[in-house]
Amino acid sequence: MKLFVPCDMAALSVGADAVARAISEQIATRRLDATVVRNGSRGLFWLEPLVEVETAKGRVAYGPVTVESVASLFDAGFLDGKAHPLCLGLTEEIPYLKNQERLTFARCGIIDPLSLADYISRDGYKGLQNALKLKPEQIIEEVTNSGLRGRGGAGFPTGIKWKTVLGAPADQKYIVCNADEGDSGTFADRMIMEGDPFVLIEGMTIAGFAVGATSGYIYCRSEYPHAFKTLQRAIAIGYEKGYLGANAAGSGKHFDLEVRLGAGAYICGEETSLLESLEGKRGQIRPKPPLPAIEGLFGKPTVVNNVISLATVPIIIDKGAAYYKDFGMGRSRGTLTIQLAGNIKQGGLVEKAFGLTLRQAIYDFGGGTATGKKFRAVQVGGPLGAYFPDSLLDTPLDYEAFAAKKGLVGHGGVVVFDETVDLAKQARFAMEFCAIESCGKCTPCRIGSTRGVEVIDRIIANQDRKKNLEVLNDLCEVMLDGSLCALGGLTPYPVLSAVEHFKEDFHGTAA
Amino acid sequence: MQAWDNERAVSLVEQRKNMPGALLPILHALQEEFGYVDPSVVPAIADALNLSKADVHGTISFYHDFRHHPPGRHVLKMCRAESCQSMGCDAVIGHVEKKLGAKLGETTADGTFTLDAVYCLGNCSLSPAVLLDGKPYGRVSAQVADFLIDDARRRA
Repeated sequence: MKLFVPCDMAALSVGADAVARAISEQIATRRLDATVVRNGSRGLFWLEPLVEVETAKGRVAYGPVTVESVASLFDAGFLDGKAHPLCLGLTEEIPYLKNQERLTFARCGIIDPLSLADYISRDGYKGLQNALKLKPEQIIEEVTNSGLRGRGGAGFPTGIKWKTVLGAPADQKYIVCNADEGDSGTFADRMIMEGDPFVLIEGMTIAGFAVGATSGYIYCRSEYPHAFKTLQRAIAIGYEKGYLGANAAGSGKHFDLEVRLGAGAYICGEETSLLESLEGKRGQIRPKPPLPAIEGLFGKPTVVNNVISLATVPIIIDKGAAYYKDFGMGRSRGTLTIQLAGNIKQGGLVEKAFGLTLRQAIYDFGGGTATGKKFRAVQVGGPLGAYFPDSLLDTPLDYEAFAAKKGLVGHGGVVVFDETVDLAKQARFAMEFCAIESCGKCTPCRIGSTRGVEVIDRIIANQDRKKNLEVLNDLCEVMLDGSLCALGGLTPYPVLSAVEHFKEDFHGTAA
Repeated sequence: MQAWDNERAVSLVEQRKNMPGALLPILHALQEEFGYVDPSVVPAIADALNLSKADVHGTISFYHDFRHHPPGRHVLKMCRAESCQSMGCDAVIGHVEKKLGAKLGETTADGTFTLDAVYCLGNCSLSPAVLLDGKPYGRVSAQVADFLIDDARRRA
C-alpha cells in the first residue's frame, strides 16, 4: 500500500510535512502496512497538500488535507480510496489535469523524484538510449525538427543554438542550464527540479553528446533551496549509478554535471550575466557578439538553455520530432507550461499545446480570481511582460500572437489581478524593479529605470501629467532601443501597456 | 550559526579555491557557516584566487544575498513581486514592519529578526509567500505572519 504526500516547496508551504508526519503516526498506531512516498507536485496548488492513495483502479486524490483531517481520512477508509469530503476521485480524472497535455511534466508529481528506478520505469532514459544510436548531427536535427524554442522566454530555436556549438571547434565545451527562474508568477522550472530532476539530467546529457560537451552546470537561483538540494542529491545518485561521469549511461562518453547556486540577482537569468556569475564574477551583461555558443563559459562554446527546454529534450528524442511538433500552433510548436498565479482561484501548472487563449487559461482552468472580485488585468511573461485588460484575453498563448499585441509569452507565467489593482502603481514597480536589479552595465537601463520611477511618481502626483507622460514615452523608447539586454529593453512593456490599456489610472490621459 | 572565525574562514576558502569559478561557492560557504561574509576575509579570498581586493569586494556587493553583518537569529524573507502584490503582500509587509519595528533589509534592535525583501520564491499560486529560516509558507496573511513571528520568538 502506497501513499503519496508531495515534498514540493509549494506543498510544504501549506503544511505537507506536518500532514506526512500525521499520516505516518496513524499508520504506526493503527498498525497498517502502508508506506508514505514523497512525490513532487501535480501542480494543482489550491488543493495542496494533495495526498494520493494507490488503489486497484488507480491513484485516488484527497485534498487539501490538513493535519486535523488525517484521522478522519483513515476512519473513512481512504487507504482503499473510499469516500470522504476531501476525496477528489481518481487523480487522472480531475478535469484540471485531464484536460492538459503533459509531455515535459509526464512524470512530475507521480514518481519519487529521487528514485532512479521510478524514473526508468516511466520511460526515463529512453531518449538517451535513442540518442546513442544517432550521430550528433542527427540528434540536433531531431531537436530542430521538433520546433522546440527556448522556454526561458526568448523563444530562440534550440536546435540552431546546438548546431552553432557543435560547429565551433574547441578543446572544451559546456552545457549550462539556466535555472535562475526569477520571473514572478513562474515555478515550472522549480517543479521539474524538485519533482523530476532526472529528466533535466538526461536532457543535459543528451545535449552534451549532441554538441560534444563533457561538462555541464546547472545555475539554480538561491531562492530555490529545495530545488538545489534535490538536484545535488539527484546528481550524486546519477554518479553513483553510472549515469554521469566517465562512460555516462554506458555510452562510452564522458559527462560531468554540477549544480551551482545564484545569489539573489534577477539579472543572472540573462544568459551572459549567468555565465559571468558562474565564472565567479559580478553578474554583468556581456555585449553580444560573441554569442555564448561561440565564446561562452570560460570563453568556450556553450549551450545555455532553460530548464524546461532541456527537460523537454528526452521526450523529443524518445518519441520523435514529429510527435512533439504535432502539438501547438503556427511557429510555436509543442507544449507551453502555463503557470497560473497571483489572484487566481485555481492556481497551478497547466501544460498545454500552444494556442490556448488567455481567457481559457484564466477561467476554464483558473476559475477566475481568488478574491471573487472582478478581473481587471493580467501580466503574462514575468516582470517584463505586458499588462493585458479583459479585451485582450482572447489572445492565444503563442509567441507571435503575443508579440503582435505588444506582449510576450516569456516563460509562461500568468499573474492575475482583480479590480483593486492600480496600474500606475504597477508601472512604477516595473521601473523600480528594473532599478533594483539593473546590472549597471548600460546607461538606458541603469539611469532610465530610476528616472522612470521619478517620472511615474510625478504622473501619480498629477504634476504636468501630459508633459510627463510624453517624457515617460520617450524614456521607454530609449530603454527599448538602447539597452544591452532584455531587462532594460523590456521594462517598457509593462509600463507602456499599463498606460495604453489602463489610461484611467494615469489621470485619464493617453501617452 | 558560528561566530566569525578567521582561521575557519580561511580554511573554507582554501578548500574551494581550485574550483572553476570558485568565488560564489566560497562566498556561499562562508555565509552558510557564519551567516555573513565579514569584510576582513576579502584579502584572503583575493590572495587565494589571484584577484584584486576590489574585484572580490565588487562581487560581494553586487549580489543581494551576501550580508556584510551578522543577521538576526531568525531571517524572514518576504516576497514583494507582482504575484504576491496581487494578493496583498504590501499590506502584510507593512504589518510585519510595524510589528517588528524594522524595515525590509533591517534587523530588529534586539537581534531577533532580520527582514529581507525577495523577488519571487516560485510559490506564486499560493501568494503571498515567505521563507522563514529557509522554510516556505504560502497564503501568508497578516494573521499568519503574526503567528509565524510569535512562534519563532518562543523558540528564541
